[in-house]
Amino acid sequence: MGYFYDGILKAADMLLNMDAATFSAIEATLASTACALLCAMTFGLPLGFLIGYTDFPGKKLARLVSDTLLAFPTVLIGLLVYIFITYRGPLGHLGLLFTLPGMVIGQTILALPIIVSWTAQAVENLDPRCRQTLLTLGASPWQTALHTMREVRYDLAMVCVTAFGRVVTEVGVAMMLGGNVRYHTRTMTTAISLETSKGEFAQGIAMGIVLLGIAFIVNAALTWLRHRGRA
Amino acid sequence: MNKFSKTLFGALLSLAFVLPAQAETLMMATTTSTDNSGLLDFLAPSFKAETGIDLKWVAVGTGKALEISKNCDADVLLVHAPAVEKKFVEEGFGVDRRQIMYNDFVIIGPKADPAKVAGKTTAEALKGIYDAKAVFVSRGDKSGTHNAEKKLWKANSLTPDQEKFYISAGQGMMATINIAAEKGGYTLTDRATWIKFAAKQGDANPLAIVVEGDKALFNQYSVMTTNPARCANVKVELAKQFEDWWVDPKTQKRIGEYTLEGKQLFFPNAGK
Repeated sequence: MGYFYDGILKAADMLLNMDAATFSAIEATLASTACALLCAMTFGLPLGFLIGYTDFPGKKLARLVSDTLLAFPTVLIGLLVYIFITYRGPLGHLGLLFTLPGMVIGQTILALPIIVSWTAQAVENLDPRCRQTLLTLGASPWQTALHTMREVRYDLAMVCVTAFGRVVTEVGVAMMLGGNVRYHTRTMTTAISLETSKGEFAQGIAMGIVLLGIAFIVNAALTWLRHRGRA
Repeated sequence: MNKFSKTLFGALLSLAFVLPAQAETLMMATTTSTDNSGLLDFLAPSFKAETGIDLKWVAVGTGKALEISKNCDADVLLVHAPAVEKKFVEEGFGVDRRQIMYNDFVIIGPKADPAKVAGKTTAEALKGIYDAKAVFVSRGDKSGTHNAEKKLWKANSLTPDQEKFYISAGQGMMATINIAAEKGGYTLTDRATWIKFAAKQGDANPLAIVVEGDKALFNQYSVMTTNPARCANVKVELAKQFEDWWVDPKTQKRIGEYTLEGKQLFFPNAGK
């Protein structure tokens, strides 16, 4: 239990003293997570909406594939992307391995199925009468689709929070593709993993507390936005 | 949010299939022991000051470090598995191998020493552990330490791999020592990690050194460059500066000056 107490003290110490290594890790974590979420949302939200809103052959299969990928192990994503971006791989000339952009690729793949599946689910869960009512009121198909998007916007916020939680806490992709390079690709989670392997348990717990603090701030900000939106 | 914009920019650039601009940085693949012991953090600032090169490193097991170099993803290597390294050079994956320093391994085990091997030679101790079927925890991760351990068993014609008392951890050195402590087992460790473990445990340390100082336990570190003939991306000029810097008398002296908990860990021996 001593580790936990020491961990809390160290977390406070790191934040108060603006520890350079800690802040670099926080920055790397937030930068890569934000970029990965942006990429995943750009592709995932329209795709999920399409799967949930429209009917097309292979729709069930698409959903099944996306749902299966929810169980994609992060280490495997890391390994697969590694094979593509290593210098001897097909994308090797880009020099992405052990860089933040390299990490973002893996994290985007991690976040994508979460966003697609949950967006599709949110759209499907809407009361079907809503759509019928809109159509009988004379709305065009485009207006109906737009209104449906408005209806599910709070669910989509939750989808993004879930994807954020998954990406910000994962360690497999970050370790494999980022390489845990100090001041460059060391994230909060790879730092925790490193401290643990060094036997610095208290330091690891301190980093964990800081990570949870960040997640709290992000969620608090979203909650605030939601309330403002409803008011 | 400097790093944020850099990442976004880098991601966009990569999407556009343009090579991201490279500063004067050198990528090194190294072993966990050089990183975890704090030696690299101690030396990196002087490397930067004297050569102007920004040294980045990934710290992994020696096996993975060599694999990274094989795939051309690192310019230089700092590793400790001489036999494997020589083969690596012979097969044309690495060039310009230079030995720079050594540290030593120790065999540690429970204070009660159930196999009664304390103070014996390495050969006798391994035989004793094997015969007593005492728990032995192996790294089991193809690291330099793991290679050294396998070599020691082999040199004594012992094959413990299939035995029940032989635990293959598949983890780093500190994690392996922790397992040994929990299970009351023996293990082979580099001295640096042992000193750190012992300093943390203090008087409550359940483990102690049983064999040390045997020549068979010396652990040679070398630097190498990824073969530029295979990997066109290797920064040959910077790599040469890197290798020259390690064997430079000034650096060699500094290696000897690094201490952990007041104890010298690495012994420079470039050119010897």
